[in-house]
Amino acid sequence: MKTLLVSVLMMAALMGAPVLAEGLLPNIPAALGEPHPEGNEFWRVNHPAILSHDRDLTVLDGIRDIDGSIKTCVACHAVEGPDAAPLTVASPEHACRTCHDYTAVKIDCFQCHNSRPEAGDWPAVLPSLGGTPESLHAYLERISQ
Amino acid sequence: MIIPTKEKGADISRRDLLKSGGAMATVTLASGVTLMSFGGKAAADGLKPGARWGLLIDAGKCPEDCSACVSACSKEHGWEDNGLDTDPQWIRKVTLREKETGRENSLPVMCQHCDEPPCVDVCPTGASFKREDGIVLVNRHTCIGCRYCMMACPFKARSFVHEPVTDQRTDSPRGNGTVEGCNMCVHKIDRGDGTTACVEACQATGNNAMMFGDLNDPESDIAIAVSTYASVELRADLGLNLGVRYQNI
Ligand code: SF4
Ligand code: SF4
Repeated sequence: MKTLLVSVLMMAALMGAPVLAEGLLPNIPAALGEPHPEGNEFWRVNHPAILSHDRDLTVLDGIRDIDGSIKTCVACHAVEGPDAAPLTVASPEHACRTCHDYTAVKIDCFQCHNSRPEAGDWPAVLPSLGGTPESLHAYLERISQ
Repeated sequence: MIIPTKEKGADISRRDLLKSGGAMATVTLASGVTLMSFGGKAAADGLKPGARWGLLIDAGKCPEDCSACVSACSKEHGWEDNGLDTDPQWIRKVTLREKETGRENSLPVMCQHCDEPPCVDVCPTGASFKREDGIVLVNRHTCIGCRYCMMACPFKARSFVHEPVTDQRTDSPRGNGTVEGCNMCVHKIDRGDGTTACVEACQATGNNAMMFGDLNDPESDIAIAVSTYASVELRADLGLNLGVRYQNI
């Protein structure tokens, strides 16, 4: 058990995934908007299916008001980088990457989609990385409501 | 091959199901979890059934030294032509010269949104497709970058993206390894702007050489214009029934 623990920790460190000091979970930054009404667990499991279902609605039928829109995802899950601009997926601390690096699942979306809101649409206040105890606490408060 | 255009509403399509709020107000997506937001939300969203979007370009009003439409397209969609052979061109200014008389014409050429598009015929994956409102697009989710469509297009309207792209326009995703071309500002059409970036820019210059509209709507300016004044298709001999028409060439 101990070896497994150590190797998981080492893996996470190698991949650059920020790891909570006390846990083995990825440090997912808090999002800007209201929590998902369906719950985080639902979206964690179902986001790939919803995204691929809804992309066909948009691309083929021009339906833009969809539940799984990458543009909306990256706007709400934007995280402040060192230069006060939202982080791109080039950073391991990008909201998508924190989890995807941890689970070793490659993201293809951002080969074509912008991984952050485009300049001009940057939110005035960006959540900083989920590292501070206050932000984490506030986030946990919100999602537990 | 004739691409059948299915009348929306003739049968119950996926979109009709989504539109009819009652039918799908509650969707069970996983055991014990329901997503309530689908039904009714998509009403009035989506492409206009029965439309055929098109452009009418008056070469007589298009000065040779103007390329406002090209710059506007580049800005709207985030592509850049820096003069390299491999740089994308969604729209370009072309000069036509009549051999016998020497008369020259300058005009913008982009994807002509063929009614019977050769690019769709040859695409092995179905990524190249025609929307029901006549706009021909590349579905980059399924494009494998084989570039058959580029070979098939009589107008050299498509480009291959050779380099990785970052910081794309969020309304116009584009990326390395896929093919792209004029999408008639489909994001603007879907949100009801009723115009394209090139047409807006052309009007802003005062040249008014371009007009956008629904060719199938007899009341639209473009339908009235094409039924009143002479206009031609490029390479009409191919019989592709183009969505872009030209005057004074
Ligand atoms: S102009 Fe070329 S890219 Fe556009 S629809 Fe016709 S064949 Fe396809
Ligand atoms: S490059 Fe893409 S869109 Fe063009 S023919 Fe190949 S798969 Fe189809």
